[in-house]
Amino acid sequence: MKLVVVSAGLTQPSSTRLLADRLAASVATQTDVTVQVLELRDLAVDIAKNMVAGFPSPTLGDALLAVAEADGLIVATPIFTASYSGLFKSFFDLVEHEALTGKPVLIAATGGTARHSLALEHALRPMFAYLHAVVAPTAVYAASEDWAGTDLAQRIDRAAGELAELMVRSPAPAKQTFIPFEEQLAALKEKTD
Amino acid sequence: MQFGIFSVGDVTTDPTTGVTPSEHERIKAMVTIALKAEEVGLDVFATGEHHNPPFVPSSPTTMLGYIAARTERIILSTATTLITTNDPVKIAEDYAMLQHLADGRVDLMMGRGNTGPVYPWFGQDIRQGIPLAIENYALLHELWREDVVNWEGRFRTPLQGFTSTPRPLDGVPPFVWHGSIRSPEIAEQAAYYGDGFFANHIFWPASHFQRLIGLYRERFAHYGHGTPEQAYVGLGGQVFMRKNSQDAVTEFRPYFDNAPVYGHGPSLEEFTSQTPLTVGSPQQVIDRTLSFRDNFGDYQRQLFLMDHAGLPLKTVLEQLDHLGEILPVLRTEFAARRAPGVPDAPTHESLRLEKVSS
Repeated sequence: MKLVVVSAGLTQPSSTRLLADRLAASVATQTDVTVQVLELRDLAVDIAKNMVAGFPSPTLGDALLAVAEADGLIVATPIFTASYSGLFKSFFDLVEHEALTGKPVLIAATGGTARHSLALEHALRPMFAYLHAVVAPTAVYAASEDWAGTDLAQRIDRAAGELAELMVRSPAPAKQTFIPFEEQLAALKEKTD
Repeated sequence: MQFGIFSVGDVTTDPTTGVTPSEHERIKAMVTIALKAEEVGLDVFATGEHHNPPFVPSSPTTMLGYIAARTERIILSTATTLITTNDPVKIAEDYAMLQHLADGRVDLMMGRGNTGPVYPWFGQDIRQGIPLAIENYALLHELWREDVVNWEGRFRTPLQGFTSTPRPLDGVPPFVWHGSIRSPEIAEQAAYYGDGFFANHIFWPASHFQRLIGLYRERFAHYGHGTPEQAYVGLGGQVFMRKNSQDAVTEFRPYFDNAPVYGHGPSLEEFTSQTPLTVGSPQQVIDRTLSFRDNFGDYQRQLFLMDHAGLPLKTVLEQLDHLGEILPVLRTEFAARRAPGVPDAPTHESLRLEKVSS
């Protein structure tokens, strides 16, 4: 199965990427996956250009396609101003409509203080619910102090286990590319009658 | 194969002079451009339909009727006719009337329109865009083919014993293209009716449209209209030419950099490498245009956007001269590459003969 990791960390190295990598490694120990990592910082300029021009550069197009074709996603963002980063949101604004429908997603975030941990629940989870993704129950937040503790590893394994199970159990549905015309006409007719 | 131009009808300031044409000047310029298109040997002139500034063409049949009176040969079309916010009854009447006045030199391209606020101005809702396009076109299709129509739908008042007049010229409804930039439902609709499918791919990479056109071709065959290769495909394009490639780039760059339509995002170089926009020598335009066939298969109609981004009328007319000069080469080269059995785009005459023989 294909696992795609989307990391919106801005620095190099970044703690967001570190968290994403640990989640991916844990998934890989629990099920059979190939991992592809997308660093949004490398795509930041292309994302902005797509916003104004309406089409992606070839590199960004490949990244968007990878997300659409993934069997599961790990998405990780730093928490900026009480929510996901603008870059993170902008990237998902460009993902094709319905591309995440039914797709297993593990949400993760990093921040300087534990006080922002619920941003995962009030910002990321609703966003992916809106996109009709299947979001793993455990979201993983890593504050500065977590990197020194032992709890983080357990949460990582638990969340990764949930994603692995979702990927095995409920593979993302094949996309229907069109609705046969008779059905489109019939649907209108039904509402008329 | 048909070659032509399509105009959005935007009023845009020329960034090199700061001059903004008045609505009157822009409307007259569109007419001049249409007449020039016929003069240089092009086959099609298509006008957009817009109901908000900075666009002028809100009344396509008025404009096309006037152009019809002043031309002999060129096909008059739209890019696009808003099938969502226009009453299909009025479209049926207006374009049948135009068809009579223009002696059949008329076809249409249906589009939905993507500007949300426009819909309520005409009593509609953009969220119903696809259902509107499907139901309204189904009615339009029937109005042109049945003398007396009894009809009931979701979006307009029912019709009882209604006859749309005038009836289509020679009993042959205008050929219809369906334009879409992202909706498989519209490709499916075009396929169902055996109509044409137009991909205005000027602002997007080719790969985006290969899926839509592939779907349209496959479903065209599914509905028994012919082989996938026989489906009617039209493509957009945009070009700016000068004899020397670098002159074209230098002259066009300020228009590219400033026009709202290009978004101030990707550079001219990125845009030309990633979309069909071609800025260069006539030979570069020929080579690039021929490459569309490699991406999408044999197709029937190529429309170029020439009069936008604030380009002055004089420049546009020069560009049309250049286009006229390369036209014979384009025709010869496309004809030489075309697979046997691929039909031309239907015209009034071809449809009339088909009707007579059946």
